[in-house]
Amino acid sequence: MYDVAIIGAGVVGGMVARTLSAYNLKICILEKENDVASGATKANSAIVHAGFDAKEGTLKAKLNVEGSKMMEKVTKELGVKYKKNGSLVIGFNEEDKLAIEELLERGKINGVEGLRIIEKEEIKKLEPNISDNVTVALYAPTGAIVCPYELCIAAVGNAMDNGADLKLNFEVSSIEKEDEGYKICSEKESIKAKFVVNAAGVFSDEIAKMAGDSSFTITPRRGQYILLDKECGNLVSHTIFRTPSKMGKGILVSPTVDGNLLTGPTSVDIEDKEDVSCTPECFEKIIKEANENVDGIPYNKTITSFCGLRATGSTGDFIINSPTHRFINVAAIESPGLTASPAIAEMVKELLVNEGVKLTEKENYNPFRKAMHAFREATIEEKNEVIKKDKSFGRIICRCEGVSEGEILEAIRTNPKPTDLDGVKRRTRAQMGRCQGGFCSPYIISLLAKELNIPCEDVTKFGKGSKLITGRTGEEIER
Amino acid sequence: MTDLVIIGGGPAGMSAAIAARKKGIKDIIILERDSSLGGILQQCIHNGFGLHKFSEEMTGPEYAWRYEKEVKELGIEYKLNTMVIDISEDRVVTATNSEDGIFQIQARAVILAMGCRERAKGALNISGTRPSGIYSAGTAQKLVNMEGYMPGKKVVVLGSGDIGLIMARRMTLEGAEVKAVCELMPYSGGLARNIEQCLNDFSIPLKLSHTVVKIHGENRVEGITIARVDERRKPIKGTEEYIECDTLLLSVGLIPENELSKSAGITLDASTNGAIVDQDRQTNCEGIFACGNVLHVHDLVDFVSDEAEIAGISAADYINNVCEEKININVKTDGKIRYTIPQVITKKKDVTVYFRVSDVFRNKKICVYDGKRLVFSKKKAKLAPGEMESIKLMGDMLDNSTELMFKLEEA
Repeated sequence: MYDVAIIGAGVVGGMVARTLSAYNLKICILEKENDVASGATKANSAIVHAGFDAKEGTLKAKLNVEGSKMMEKVTKELGVKYKKNGSLVIGFNEEDKLAIEELLERGKINGVEGLRIIEKEEIKKLEPNISDNVTVALYAPTGAIVCPYELCIAAVGNAMDNGADLKLNFEVSSIEKEDEGYKICSEKESIKAKFVVNAAGVFSDEIAKMAGDSSFTITPRRGQYILLDKECGNLVSHTIFRTPSKMGKGILVSPTVDGNLLTGPTSVDIEDKEDVSCTPECFEKIIKEANENVDGIPYNKTITSFCGLRATGSTGDFIINSPTHRFINVAAIESPGLTASPAIAEMVKELLVNEGVKLTEKENYNPFRKAMHAFREATIEEKNEVIKKDKSFGRIICRCEGVSEGEILEAIRTNPKPTDLDGVKRRTRAQMGRCQGGFCSPYIISLLAKELNIPCEDVTKFGKGSKLITGRTGEEIER
Repeated sequence: MTDLVIIGGGPAGMSAAIAARKKGIKDIIILERDSSLGGILQQCIHNGFGLHKFSEEMTGPEYAWRYEKEVKELGIEYKLNTMVIDISEDRVVTATNSEDGIFQIQARAVILAMGCRERAKGALNISGTRPSGIYSAGTAQKLVNMEGYMPGKKVVVLGSGDIGLIMARRMTLEGAEVKAVCELMPYSGGLARNIEQCLNDFSIPLKLSHTVVKIHGENRVEGITIARVDERRKPIKGTEEYIECDTLLLSVGLIPENELSKSAGITLDASTNGAIVDQDRQTNCEGIFACGNVLHVHDLVDFVSDEAEIAGISAADYINNVCEEKININVKTDGKIRYTIPQVITKKKDVTVYFRVSDVFRNKKICVYDGKRLVFSKKKAKLAPGEMESIKLMGDMLDNSTELMFKLEEA
């Protein structure tokens, strides 16, 4: 019997698990995919929002500002890359200027520090490549960037290091209320827990329904992105937002913590909660709008494009509540959910206490986790010390990102352990460079097979049916 | 201090090393990232290599072995599993491997022979899902020929570059069904002999002016939608066609791998994506030379070997301080001729200029002008982007020139 079961191993579920793992609780995280961070967490804008966007008085506003303030410490403890690069909301005309002034006021009420409106000359000084048509901007020095899947992986890993269990490929199919708590079942197995936290992203309405709560629905909102080569990462140093309009926040242009340039997202409401396909209209929109914001974005240096689904709730705000005894919803966590995640975790902790969870601090709780990029960022001397002890760190497997065999093996052996190509990619950056795994993926397939003690044919890209190899040469193929 | 450091032990690196050794350079080291010499030739187990250079037909590994044997016989030092991670302008090469860790070598001269990589699917912005089963043709070639694994059973190839054509045949021979090869352009980027031997001989349809507009399948590729494209290469509505398949192979171009060159401050040519070089294959950084696919993408390894010999001999002359009279002629092109190698001529001696055209042309005259003076012309019945051309200019043609213009004119 677990004390707490958390459904969903995205950044919210991960941060909740990590926060709770500081106490003497038996925790289990349930994830339907083959790895953590497989939903909205792996495909979003990777922004730590300053907090001027959300309407004053909402949970979004409160938790955004709180989360933004917590993020630097959390990422430091978890060894996750974080950069306070500041953000700009740019305007092109008088109408935009009015909207920007509103944002400034809202930001002040929300408690965002350091906000101010700047004019063309200063904008150009901060961002020489910004479009000449930009006349005004809201400057938010507390805006930052973080790698969302790295944060999630580190949070889950840290929770596991502190005793939490993770069950992958556990797709919840029913939740039964029992005397002492809940029985949570998948098609194959079941677990029991006294308390349940529903952090199931776009599926959180369905999970809530299983527990008898039909008070909200989630609409997946598709956001498409185009990611450019590291060569282009210096084109802008701040995160460049457009002035929000009725049509949404528009296309942003931002460096990532790993030095790439990210542009997107589009915003399209859809029905299918699994449909992360890219569309030609979205490509056109991203390229057109991003080029309006910033001059000279070299889209011929695109290295990949992808889609994420934001969990847009029917209430307009985050839905964090306890609809029924011992069951907590953490639903509709769309933007600024990544930013808010550490604050959301604190709020969930308090709700659980209200529901009767007894918190006693774990004696040997360790809030720290070794940075996944530690070797990558080390000096030559430090690296040579490591290579002396473990030769595999001297052998580069991914040439584009310069990732060694040692780093890949270390990732495969570290909680939460990846078992597929994408999992290795998100932990090590191998396959994430300009050749997108063209050279290194065959090596990584064999490394995974060896470490997991499975045949290469069973290695997948992201679990389920995503097999990479269909057989051996020389075998007969059925037509 | 090492006399000559060669980055890459593929056909270019080996040929350059041998040429430099024969010119008397003893202190040479080849740094190779893979576990054997030979580079990408190791996975090219088809034949057709060496026809020009040796008048023999060899497989890729056989061609590579010929050079590897000579490297060993000449006692040229090489390090395998060694990745160069930085080259500085003043020729300090930083590399890493398991045995030495990260180490640095100060070189008198450096030859860049890192080869090229395939353009990845990310660069194409294809709509639809991102399942498994999408490979660049070279990755599939490595899986099949080196590892013995099949990447799929029902295949569509996008792009008719040579590796795509070769892999269409290879997958067919291994029992897979290759349903089509789609090419965005109205002509193939591959060699004519590969179209014949890899597609026509196996009745694999080549769909010119077609592209993939959508990828289907959540976990593994389940099919793709292709469509015809117009003159601006935009898909034409209503021409979509669904093809059921589990694999999409991409052969959509090769890119010289010049990240290290950039770190050294070498100026690149936007047309070749390789360094701008003179007839010695010397870059704008003194003592740094480039040859093979890192300089510009070749169709035939035979020409890579030739080019690398030039670089090896030139590097040896540079190390030995051989001085020659300097001139400075920039080579320009008219657009129909896309680029030339070399782009600069700095010595008054006979020079072979290699070039590629930007479209398929028939019955043209290759003309070289010095201002208004025609210094060279040659008729050509057919020119295609997939086939590299060359002409030889005599040293005495280059009198007092500062710029040579390469043009295609009506024959």
